[in-house]
Amino acid sequence: MQFESFADFLAMGGYAFYVWLSFGVTFVAMAIIAVQSFIKHRGLLKQVVVEKERKARIKKARQQQQDNA
Amino acid sequence: MWKWLHPYAKTERAYQLCLTLQPWFWVGALVCLSIGTVWGLAFAPQDYQQGDSFRIIYIHVPSAILSMGTYVAMAIAALVGMVWQWRTAYMSMIAMAPIGAVMTFIALFTGAAWGKPMWGAWWVWDARLTSELILLFLYMGVIALYGAFEDKQQAGKAAGVMALVGVVNIPIIHYSVEWWNTLHQGATISKFDNPSIAPEMLWPLLISLLGFAFFIGAVTTVRLRNEIVLREMHRPWVQALAMKAMSKQQSDAASTFVKEGN
Amino acid sequence: MSLYKGIFKRDMHIAFKQKAELVQPLMFLTMVVTLFPLGVSPSPDTLQRIGPGVIWIAAILSSLMAMERLFRDDFQDGSLEQYMLSGMALPAVSAVKVTVHWLVSFVPLFLLSPLLAMFLNLTVDMYIALVLTLLLGTPLLSLIGAIAVGLTVGLQKGGVLLALLLIPVFIPLLIFATSAVDSAALQLPYHAQLAIIAAMLLLAAALAPFAIAYSLKVSQN
Repeated sequence: MQFESFADFLAMGGYAFYVWLSFGVTFVAMAIIAVQSFIKHRGLLKQVVVEKERKARIKKARQQQQDNA
Repeated sequence: MWKWLHPYAKTERAYQLCLTLQPWFWVGALVCLSIGTVWGLAFAPQDYQQGDSFRIIYIHVPSAILSMGTYVAMAIAALVGMVWQWRTAYMSMIAMAPIGAVMTFIALFTGAAWGKPMWGAWWVWDARLTSELILLFLYMGVIALYGAFEDKQQAGKAAGVMALVGVVNIPIIHYSVEWWNTLHQGATISKFDNPSIAPEMLWPLLISLLGFAFFIGAVTTVRLRNEIVLREMHRPWVQALAMKAMSKQQSDAASTFVKEGN
Repeated sequence: MSLYKGIFKRDMHIAFKQKAELVQPLMFLTMVVTLFPLGVSPSPDTLQRIGPGVIWIAAILSSLMAMERLFRDDFQDGSLEQYMLSGMALPAVSAVKVTVHWLVSFVPLFLLSPLLAMFLNLTVDMYIALVLTLLLGTPLLSLIGAIAVGLTVGLQKGGVLLALLLIPVFIPLLIFATSAVDSAALQLPYHAQLAIIAAMLLLAAALAPFAIAYSLKVSQN
């Protein structure tokens, strides 16, 4: 351990603002891109299902129309 | 190698490969990033000139190196797609673009936050920062071009051409900016004047670099899967996969609902 | 060969018919240059210092505005498709097109350059260096620009996108060209800068026609 105490560690030899800002922004940016990718994945899968169900409904409606005619 | 690689040109195999690789990448990223960050922040010795502000190096340098590396990887993917007509190569190219842009942004931001205590200004037209900024423009160009096309097959090809034009330009830009910089601001102190870095400082840097690389790999696998699902929406295997995933999610939701009801 | 000559003649003919498209970028360039004395400072020393950069930036911006027409009309009226079907070598056709574009858009710039040099108080040495860099640099603008034009020609709103794609790519050229003129101002040799621009031009001349042909194929789908 390079630092005497935890408070020293937080103070980063007087550069606390810059060091913690850099690390904070970095990890937040990385988290955002990762989470966004996962959310998009979920959304796309949902879209696939919705699309498929819509197609099935259209097909069914057509079938019914033909049966009625 | 050709025989081994070729099946992955098929989207389904590529999807499966992503699924297999993904957990390893995430674990690798988590482990390496934690070790690198903790070691770099708390255990690496202080720099005798820059004090503790130098600890930003443990994110600045890996993100800067990998922002360039990701662009080169994109260009290689574009070339593979162009030569062997692999659709998955274009898809992985465009899957890498946003994460590469994020790496470039991180390198720029941490460079600025490091520059403030060292140079006294948030932004200095330093050679490295300037070429990093131009790299960000190149990434944005590729992403914007890809977004402008309706037909994603065509979009991938067009963005691939632009990625290749960019990669031919990166060394030219890099050296021209470096040269321009020495011409105009010879007085600026380079952050990396010390040619040798102590091994106690270097190890966490390498581990951190590895962690960033794993992270890029992990996000790329997720985004490549997204790209595959988006483009192969009407394939039966994608639909089966989506149905399975959604029904699982629904049953999970239902079971938690039951639990809460109890 | 005569086929390519035919394309050359036809394109030149069309370009000189559309006089407005020919003149407007040059007017734009002159106006942009005019803004700098008004916006920065009219002092001759300042103008001389920023002059090379101003002329080059204005030239790049005005070339971006005119760039779009390089393949736009051919794409819209279907003659591009005809070229592809006719079995002519598409890289050669693109090379002819780029040559015409350079002759039509940039040669008038040389006629205009003495005026711009006077506006910005450039010395004779600086002016000679400026003309030399323009001579080597503007074909490079046309060649590289044509790749991006080929990619965006099928898009409805390609204009701003074209600029976004090209500006970062033109930065090295800007750096070397302005530095050559700056060296001339200080009575220093500037062969090195010219040689680098020439090297970039040769590289682009060798590779760009193929890239343009490929990008046109992508656009034509």
